[in-house]
Amino acid sequence: MAHGPATLADGWVKYASRWLFTTNHKDIGTLYLWFSFAMFILGGSFAMIIRAELFQPGMQLIKPEFFNQMTTMHGLVMVFGAIMPAFVGLANWLIPMMIGAPDMALPRMNNLSFWILPFAFAILVATLFMEGGGPNFGWTFYAPLSTTYAPDTVNYFIFGVHIMGASSIMGSINIIATVMNMRAPGMTYMKMPMFVWTWLITAFLLVAVMPVLAGAVTMMLMDINFGTSFFDAAGGGDPVLFQHIFWFFGHPEVYIIILPAFGVVSQIIPTFSRKPLFGYSSMVYATASIAFMSFIVWAHHMFTVGMPIAGELYFMYATMLIAVPTGVKVFNWITTMYKGSLTFETPMLFSIAFVILFTFGGFTGLMLSIAAADIQYHDTYFVVAHFHYVMVAGAVFSGTAAVYYWLPKWCGKMYDETMGKVQFWIAFIGFNITFMPQHFLGLAGMPRRYADYGLQFADWNMVSSIGAFMYGAAQILFLFNVVRTITHGKPVDKPEVWEGAEGLEWTVPTPAPYHTFEKPPQVK
Amino acid sequence: MLKRAQALFLSSLGAVLALVYVGGANAESAPSQLNMPQGVTEVSQAAYDIHMIMMWICTVIGIAVFGFMFYVMYAHRKSRGAVAENFHENVLVELLWTIVPAIILIVMAIPATTALLKVYDTENADIDIKVTGYQWKWQYEYLGEDVKFMSELRTPQDEIYGREPKGEHYLREVTEPLVLPAGKKVRFLITGNDVIHSWWVPDFGVKRDAVPGLFTSAWAKTDKPGTYVGECTELCGSGHAFMPVVVEVKEQAEYDQWLADKKAAAAEYASTIGKQWTFDELMVKGEEVYNRSCAGCHAVNGEGIPGVFPALKNSVIALGPVVEHLRVVVDGIPGTAMQSFADQLSEVDIAAVIHYERNAWGNDVGDITQPIDVLNYKQAK
Repeated sequence: MAHGPATLADGWVKYASRWLFTTNHKDIGTLYLWFSFAMFILGGSFAMIIRAELFQPGMQLIKPEFFNQMTTMHGLVMVFGAIMPAFVGLANWLIPMMIGAPDMALPRMNNLSFWILPFAFAILVATLFMEGGGPNFGWTFYAPLSTTYAPDTVNYFIFGVHIMGASSIMGSINIIATVMNMRAPGMTYMKMPMFVWTWLITAFLLVAVMPVLAGAVTMMLMDINFGTSFFDAAGGGDPVLFQHIFWFFGHPEVYIIILPAFGVVSQIIPTFSRKPLFGYSSMVYATASIAFMSFIVWAHHMFTVGMPIAGELYFMYATMLIAVPTGVKVFNWITTMYKGSLTFETPMLFSIAFVILFTFGGFTGLMLSIAAADIQYHDTYFVVAHFHYVMVAGAVFSGTAAVYYWLPKWCGKMYDETMGKVQFWIAFIGFNITFMPQHFLGLAGMPRRYADYGLQFADWNMVSSIGAFMYGAAQILFLFNVVRTITHGKPVDKPEVWEGAEGLEWTVPTPAPYHTFEKPPQVK
Repeated sequence: MLKRAQALFLSSLGAVLALVYVGGANAESAPSQLNMPQGVTEVSQAAYDIHMIMMWICTVIGIAVFGFMFYVMYAHRKSRGAVAENFHENVLVELLWTIVPAIILIVMAIPATTALLKVYDTENADIDIKVTGYQWKWQYEYLGEDVKFMSELRTPQDEIYGREPKGEHYLREVTEPLVLPAGKKVRFLITGNDVIHSWWVPDFGVKRDAVPGLFTSAWAKTDKPGTYVGECTELCGSGHAFMPVVVEVKEQAEYDQWLADKKAAAAEYASTIGKQWTFDELMVKGEEVYNRSCAGCHAVNGEGIPGVFPALKNSVIALGPVVEHLRVVVDGIPGTAMQSFADQLSEVDIAAVIHYERNAWGNDVGDITQPIDVLNYKQAK
């Protein structure tokens, strides 16, 4: 019988060593989740600075130069620091428990892939305090703004991205190895929970595209320091090449973010509908086809770059097609609820909001795919609104739902339902007040990444900022509720926690013991 | 507990609505526009039409999908005694909701393709204008007409930084707008000088990236004279929000007059280039040019932005031989953000700004740089 984990009572050296050297999937999952929440608060505070500056026309609080650093860091920290590690954390906690495995397949690599992340972000965030300031070229870092015209600190940024990429690749290999080799007897692929499926597909996406990102930043590094001209027309290179390479990574990246969110929602909605997931196999096929299509639509981010019309038409048609598998998923979730027995606990509220708002973001995505109209939408607040509907209401809402859903299993205590619901409504209303007006701003002509704007945009910017502060406040409540649950929550002891919950993770005791499934369960 | 949550929710909703109302009442300009402009060209109209088609299709689908969802959330809740059924697949339904959306998409693709073909119809233009994006201004060159000028933001820094009240045209005003004749097909050949910019005039339905080293084309033709305002839409550095596009469309006769005046002014300028300027004249002119074209990076006080843009105050170049200083300003420094100003500034402007940099902020070289020196330097190359 394995000994328990060190606690604070064993002294702080032992306690710190436990977290530093841990190879336990639950510990590493916890580390990932806390790290990602810290990054979420950091990236969120950058967003608060942006919205405070944009509260009124004119430059009030910060300089345009710093504004650009804030938009860049907000994007980088949220995408690479908050959302991706949050889902890796969930994968670590849940995949072994869902497939009946004792741990991840490669536990030492698991430790490494987490512990290099804080260094990556320490390097990235440190640039804000260096001479020249942090990266100021947008999270998409288009050359030559990010090469010839970048501050010297861009080299730290490149190093940071390399480390994040290495971490992601290791995490993905681990997930693939675990899912392929460590499923309990009887757990065939088509019996795996949707969360495991979506993560398996996501992991393949990551392994395929993170090296492309690494290649892009390495070419930047060469252009900046070693006299090459990959992205410099004066030396025979091409700035547009950068965009092709970046979006070949960047478009799958948005599905890397959203697919695990699909998985979470596909676990939660059946539970609170007390009815099995509708169309399981079509869900699997839809996820796989979305993943495949994500590789062949990248240049729809570049409709104004001046591609030949044949290319433009192809990328438009291909992009429109993604609506089909995405629609299948939405219809499946709603039909799962149909003729169920619905209750609306906090995880369910966040999941339903996910379905509504993600679908709304999907509609604007479909509009954006129409190249002739995209010429008007491109790089305006319409795009900002669109991707926050799918990223925030998509990934962040589903992440929040996941935390509330599995928190009782993790710590053996129940969160405060009222506080959860209050948080939900503040977040839901705040989110919509923030981002709904941004559609209007974009259509009326306000470009994104603008430190200042004309008076005709003043009204909706003010509304948007008020919503943003509201949404920010909801996150403080989230933190408070989670911490209070861990310290003062009402103990739960039945394994299934939720009335309608299905899956192996609900068969182990609550809270989940440090080691689970040392003997594999038999899946019928 | 739940009652309290509901009360909290309702009161916060009320507070937000009140704020929205106050925000609207404070408006300094006309009511905020909510939708895409229809614009004044065939292309902008096509974009608007396809935008509206898509929006209505999405609205109808949205109402159907969400309507069904809300019905389910109302009718099948446990609190109303709903008992869960156990079905989890239905091949027919699943096939239908795969095939029907696919058919809708194919139908949508037809108007989408037609609209895009219009965007690319750049043949047979009456006038060609080269548009070049600079950090942070636009240059317009009327090809074949020998007319070329810079168009920069005219809003003063004092308005931006709140030291003066903001004018009616805040961030929508430039030193010299692009002028086009009504009723003529104009082709824009768009490129960038330093980083990527993007030239956008919403009312024309023209948005095209200005990529250094690459030319792309777009077009516009309108019968409606007027002033049309656009923006730079590709992040291009700290002045990204401060390089608006302003286009004036004039009747043909007015346009011809404007073009003739521009040519006459250019000829007059060429004849005065040999004029000797005094120390103080150059300082006044130089300060004006510096604050407009150089202060964005090197700062109004000449101290630059540490670690990004070098200071000119006490710098080796500003205090060294004038020929080095000329070389930096006229040719730029390859591989850095310091671009060549040979095309952006006139000889008078370059002479004045060099003079200013050598004799301002405590720099006291004391020499005088004349426009003719700049011309000689350019010609010697």
